[in-house]
Amino acid sequence: MEITRDLQECMVLDHVNYVYGEGTAYEKHALRDINLVLGKGEFIGLIGHTGSGKSTLVQHLNGLITPTSGHIYYRGNDICAAGFNKKELRSKVGLVFQYPEHQLFETTIVKDVAFGPKNMGLPQLEVDLRTFAALKEAGVSEDLYDASPFELSGGQKRRVAIAGVLAMQPDILILDEPTAGLDPRGRDEILDRIAQIHAEGNRTIILVSHSMEDVAKYASRLIVMKEGSVFCDGTPKEVFEVYKELEKIGLAAPQVTYLSEVLRQSGIALPHNATTLKEAKELLLADWKGGRR
Amino acid sequence: MIRDITIGQYYPVDSPIHRLDPRVKLAGTMLFLVSLFVFSGYLGYVVAAAFVGIVIKISKVPFRYIVRGLKPVLILLLFTLLFNVFLTREGTELFSWGILHIYDQGLIIAGLMAVRLILLVIGTSLMTFTTTPNQLTDGLEKGLRGLRKIRVPVHEIAMMMSIALRFIPILVEETDKIMKAQQARGADFESGKLLQRAKALVPLLVPLVVSAFRRANDLALAMEARCYHGGDGRTKMKPLKYQGRDFVAYLILLGYLGLVIGSGFLF
Amino acid sequence: MKKSMLRTKNLVFEYIRRDEEGNVEDILRALDEVTLEVQKGEFVAILGHNGSGKSTVAKHINALLSPTEGAVFVNDMDTKDEEHLWDIRKSAGMVFQNPDNQIIATVVEEDVAFGPENIGVPTEEIWRRVEESLSAVGMTAYRTHSPNKLSGGQKQRVAIAGIMAMRPDCIILDEPTAMLDPVGRKEVMKTVHELNKIEGVTILLITHYMDEVIDADRVIVMDEGKIVMQGTPRQIFSQVEKLKEYRLDVPQVTELAYELKKQGVPMPDGILTVEEFTAAYTAAKAKCAQGSI
Repeated sequence: MEITRDLQECMVLDHVNYVYGEGTAYEKHALRDINLVLGKGEFIGLIGHTGSGKSTLVQHLNGLITPTSGHIYYRGNDICAAGFNKKELRSKVGLVFQYPEHQLFETTIVKDVAFGPKNMGLPQLEVDLRTFAALKEAGVSEDLYDASPFELSGGQKRRVAIAGVLAMQPDILILDEPTAGLDPRGRDEILDRIAQIHAEGNRTIILVSHSMEDVAKYASRLIVMKEGSVFCDGTPKEVFEVYKELEKIGLAAPQVTYLSEVLRQSGIALPHNATTLKEAKELLLADWKGGRR
Repeated sequence: MIRDITIGQYYPVDSPIHRLDPRVKLAGTMLFLVSLFVFSGYLGYVVAAAFVGIVIKISKVPFRYIVRGLKPVLILLLFTLLFNVFLTREGTELFSWGILHIYDQGLIIAGLMAVRLILLVIGTSLMTFTTTPNQLTDGLEKGLRGLRKIRVPVHEIAMMMSIALRFIPILVEETDKIMKAQQARGADFESGKLLQRAKALVPLLVPLVVSAFRRANDLALAMEARCYHGGDGRTKMKPLKYQGRDFVAYLILLGYLGLVIGSGFLF
Repeated sequence: MKKSMLRTKNLVFEYIRRDEEGNVEDILRALDEVTLEVQKGEFVAILGHNGSGKSTVAKHINALLSPTEGAVFVNDMDTKDEEHLWDIRKSAGMVFQNPDNQIIATVVEEDVAFGPENIGVPTEEIWRRVEESLSAVGMTAYRTHSPNKLSGGQKQRVAIAGIMAMRPDCIILDEPTAMLDPVGRKEVMKTVHELNKIEGVTILLITHYMDEVIDADRVIVMDEGKIVMQGTPRQIFSQVEKLKEYRLDVPQVTELAYELKKQGVPMPDGILTVEEFTAAYTAAKAKCAQGSI
């Protein structure tokens, strides 16, 4: 998967501010001066405490919310400009909401997934092709295609809902806590699916999550939000290096990062802190073999 | 935005009116509404207006706030005004133009009608300004308890009202969320002809109804788990009990009624 | 001597699915010969993936479901006995997953009073209980607030207070943290542990988060309607392979120790914390160094 940072190919946020209910008693500065370049093909983990502005931020990216001030550019075009086709933008920037299975409404799974491409005004054949491709991509088994979405299990419903967004063939796929409420198996299945979609589909992925272990495992870049601002932005290694700062804003690092620190204090200095289980295993095995030599 | 819809416009201050038992306020409002239709002379208007004025003063609800509450009925008010002005054919003609005639009686009737309507709206809104929805349901439940004898499920109705009050904001928020989720899939709720728009609501309404049923199911289980089994044998954390001030209020209300009826004989 | 709080004996529960004409389509065995016992004052966790039957057990204990075969006893009262229905629900209170769907009143304190009102507690006593329950869960400051303005964790604590106000001997929590963020999860777990330690309330926690069961006295693992593992957290987490088979997680350090052991590092089974890992690893290294001299 190639990552492009050419501004003509990326999503660019330039001094974006968003204020709720301006001038009323409920006024809230939900986003403060956000400046970001979201490279094409990146797998980004977006983390932050509840109410830090993550959900507000991702809703700006597909034009559901318009910034109070500042600009957002998608492939060089200002999406807030008058006359910009927001409907088209929404098919290019797919947003999967939290508990997306709550939006299912059709009588069969195929019909529900076809809702997006149909709204795009595509010919029937193209709608069908995209629907089946998306269902396959999201890992929905074929014998369920004609079932009612309300008969499925939680994990299956969620995959159908993700297929509903994939069917629009977006360049950028945003998932707002796609694993909320799922059990460990359901969670791993969805995340592995997303990793596969990223690897095969040439798409940018933005994963909003509360699980540090998950973002450390899958994302190559983390953006941490705090009270509506970007608190830090870097590789998982860079971000979790400042885990003490993260704790102050109600977040934490993966358990293996803490383990690396505690080991260091007991005289076992690993070359760097681990962020994933796999990495910790490699570091410790190297240390073990080194100790024996 | 859809989230701005609010139900009941309780004005949270502490005043003798706020402290009254909701049953007194319910009865008082009913009595006031009836009184507006029994008096005939001008003095009746004066008494009713003075009564409302005094209650407003005691309730500490700012007059501005009350006037703002009149806005939604402004159109209705204008309509009645014009209706009375142009359709009354009594007294001396003051003005005529084509088929339009204005008589002095028309102006007077229209004016009085407007005053009556304004008093009516202010009278009822004073109750909602000074009583929380919870107190109102409690008041209804206890005040209408007698109706249980003729098999009106008073407790159940009150329980439904309070559950509705709790869940309306949640469902409003949910509507907002589902709407956005479908918009993210290219749904269009804003343009198109009437039929198209109605059709566009299906992807919103189906999930909303499904969710409402799921919530109802969950809530029923939770209520059962907390030993809910109808109104029999229930006690109350905040039972309604008449205080001295409530009896005083009832006396004042009676006095007011007497004045209004009496005013008709004086003129 | 320890006293039994809850007991199920060969509990079987079958869902009967019927087609439109009312003919039996198929029978699903949700619980299969479940026998378990919880002593007064214990903190027991039931771990299992979605659909393993763990929530069905919970609903039986609260007499929301009635066994197809076998029996359930709460304080030695048979849940099939209609006569004891309210006594059973009073002594074994239940907290559900979705915090929004179990709060009935529009003011926090009035919601806490709902249970006591239903069982006919006199007004003055209700006030006392509401006060005590709110302070036990640390929500006294919010007593006159609207539940809609609270965070998920706070709502869940209000729900727990509502149960506490009925003065139960035991609280069953059915995935109380599944819909919460990490901060809310911590809040709720802290509250539950305090109720167990300080108020002596028996806790039956149903969850699929392994990190929530580490501090339990005993863990029961369920799969496909059966009890498949039982023991202390350490005994359970010593069997990493088996837990994975049941689609469950283990803490990162537990898994890391297990992986290292597989590679020949002499790590003990059942490591639960960062500190235990560090101590075990340091010890292993020291022993190895001695051996090689």
